[in-house]
Amino acid sequence: MTLATIWVVVEPSNGSLTTTSLELLTHARTFGATVAAITWGDSGSSLAALCGEYGAATLYDVGALNGALPGVPVAAAIVQLVTSQGAPDAILIPASYDGRDIAGRLSARLDRPVLTNVTGLSDDGGLVTEHPVFGGTQTVKARFTGEGPGIIVVRAKSFAAESAGGSSATVVAAPAGDAGSSAGATITTSHVEERTGPKLEDATVVVSGGRGLGEADKYALIEEVAKLLHGAAGASRAIVDAGWVPYSHQVGQTGKTVKPAVYIACGISGATQHMVGMKGSKNIVAINKDPDAPIFQIADFGIVGDVHKVLPALIAALKARG
Amino acid sequence: MNIVVCVKQIPDPAAPQALDASHNLDRSGKLILDEADTYGVEMALQLVDKAGTGEVTVVSMCSASDVAGLRNALAMGAAKAIVVSDDSLRGTDALGTAKVLAAVIRRVNPDLVLAATESSDGYTGTTPVQVAELLGLPSITFAKSVAIDGSTVKVERQTEAGYDEVAAPLPALVTVTAGVVEPRYASFKGIMAAKNKPLEVLSIADLGLAGETGPTGARQEITDVVAAESRAAGEKHVDDGDGAEKIVSFLESIKVL
Repeated sequence: MTLATIWVVVEPSNGSLTTTSLELLTHARTFGATVAAITWGDSGSSLAALCGEYGAATLYDVGALNGALPGVPVAAAIVQLVTSQGAPDAILIPASYDGRDIAGRLSARLDRPVLTNVTGLSDDGGLVTEHPVFGGTQTVKARFTGEGPGIIVVRAKSFAAESAGGSSATVVAAPAGDAGSSAGATITTSHVEERTGPKLEDATVVVSGGRGLGEADKYALIEEVAKLLHGAAGASRAIVDAGWVPYSHQVGQTGKTVKPAVYIACGISGATQHMVGMKGSKNIVAINKDPDAPIFQIADFGIVGDVHKVLPALIAALKARG
Repeated sequence: MNIVVCVKQIPDPAAPQALDASHNLDRSGKLILDEADTYGVEMALQLVDKAGTGEVTVVSMCSASDVAGLRNALAMGAAKAIVVSDDSLRGTDALGTAKVLAAVIRRVNPDLVLAATESSDGYTGTTPVQVAELLGLPSITFAKSVAIDGSTVKVERQTEAGYDEVAAPLPALVTVTAGVVEPRYASFKGIMAAKNKPLEVLSIADLGLAGETGPTGARQEITDVVAAESRAAGEKHVDDGDGAEKIVSFLESIKVL
């Protein structure tokens, strides 16, 4: 079966698109299919040039959502597109807060299954998805067996984002219409948390802390090392669940996927949950008291030691370099 | 304020995990209540307590032969549990699971449905929203706080940049992140009381969902399971007071410094 059409849900972010959206557009065009993008928000049509540059021929614009959470209206708009344009072979959706909402809503509305946590996608007489399981030690390959479109939710950083230099996509209005009784979740106020330094998912250096720090106050050591290395501070699920740091710092299966030049894991034992989010890092440095901690099995450079001694010494050494 | 909490019993994540011959997660060992679900149970108990009326019902799809995890939720304070147990459920996907849970929730007709953002075994992360859509309910995912204000649920929802305040009319579905509340430990009194709380067991036929579940309903298949590219362990040094210097040298060698 030749892939004829692939739709990619592209997520608006500060007047542009999220990096994961561009990664999906880039990968979608490798299948030789016609690629269409679907977006929403106030700046929809201004994204046509960017979508075209990354390979989309058409940009379906759901338009302004007036505060509604995107899940319901965007899924409703896609269902209408399936009716008016015919079903594509697949719909690719970024694994983000809103992307997951859209995928769930769409799956139930179309009565089509969804494959999530996808990190690889290839054409083998039909699309074959790859999913990391058990902390990324094994890869499950899967495919849809029923009628399409298959809904595929792809994790960040699964593919590179590369411009194809294409011309601007043709913008087609795709309003949601009446989304029905499931509409009604509305954003009343947005809060932006202040952040200094690079974003966790974009940083070339990520310094992460875990339970081994012992107490919430010690996370300041992680932040200081990250700052001195011009990097970002991350965290294991354990200390996020414990309330030491916000969820936005979490690296792992349920948090962010990072692939920095170097990942420095401090007091993190290396639960499979965590490993899947960082094992794609170019270099991994681990500091842990326990010489048998699983993190050392994947670390390029390990220090068996107490983070409460090693981190202050590292801070002093980095400061001494100026 | 009647609240349904969707919960799942999973193999202990701390124990070794494996896939069985048909590529399903091996669930033959002891099952526990997914820790991610304890936050929803606790949140529900607190909201009902604050409302001063109503009760918490936990709903799950699992074998009725091992319900220790559900008893744990009852021991925390939930009033009753409803379990859908059926041999035909093995191999059911996220949407099929959502159909089962939605059919049960429809019977309870609650004011609010709570669930975790995803389970800690399958991590699909779409089931709650699929349930909401099947029930025609609004949903707010990734809640870091939940409050009821009259007939409205008000949620602080995690975002990439920080958080949004989001409101939805009841009835609604909300998924909660870990840390939304601190789950209580079941007291001895609670554990004893849980033994006598109602635990209703339903079959797929009871729900009229024959053919929608199991591998046929899933309309997807695992074609292969392969070992992922592994990373080899590199150098390991015991810190003799020179650990920091060694890290600096390593960072220099990879040109990060």
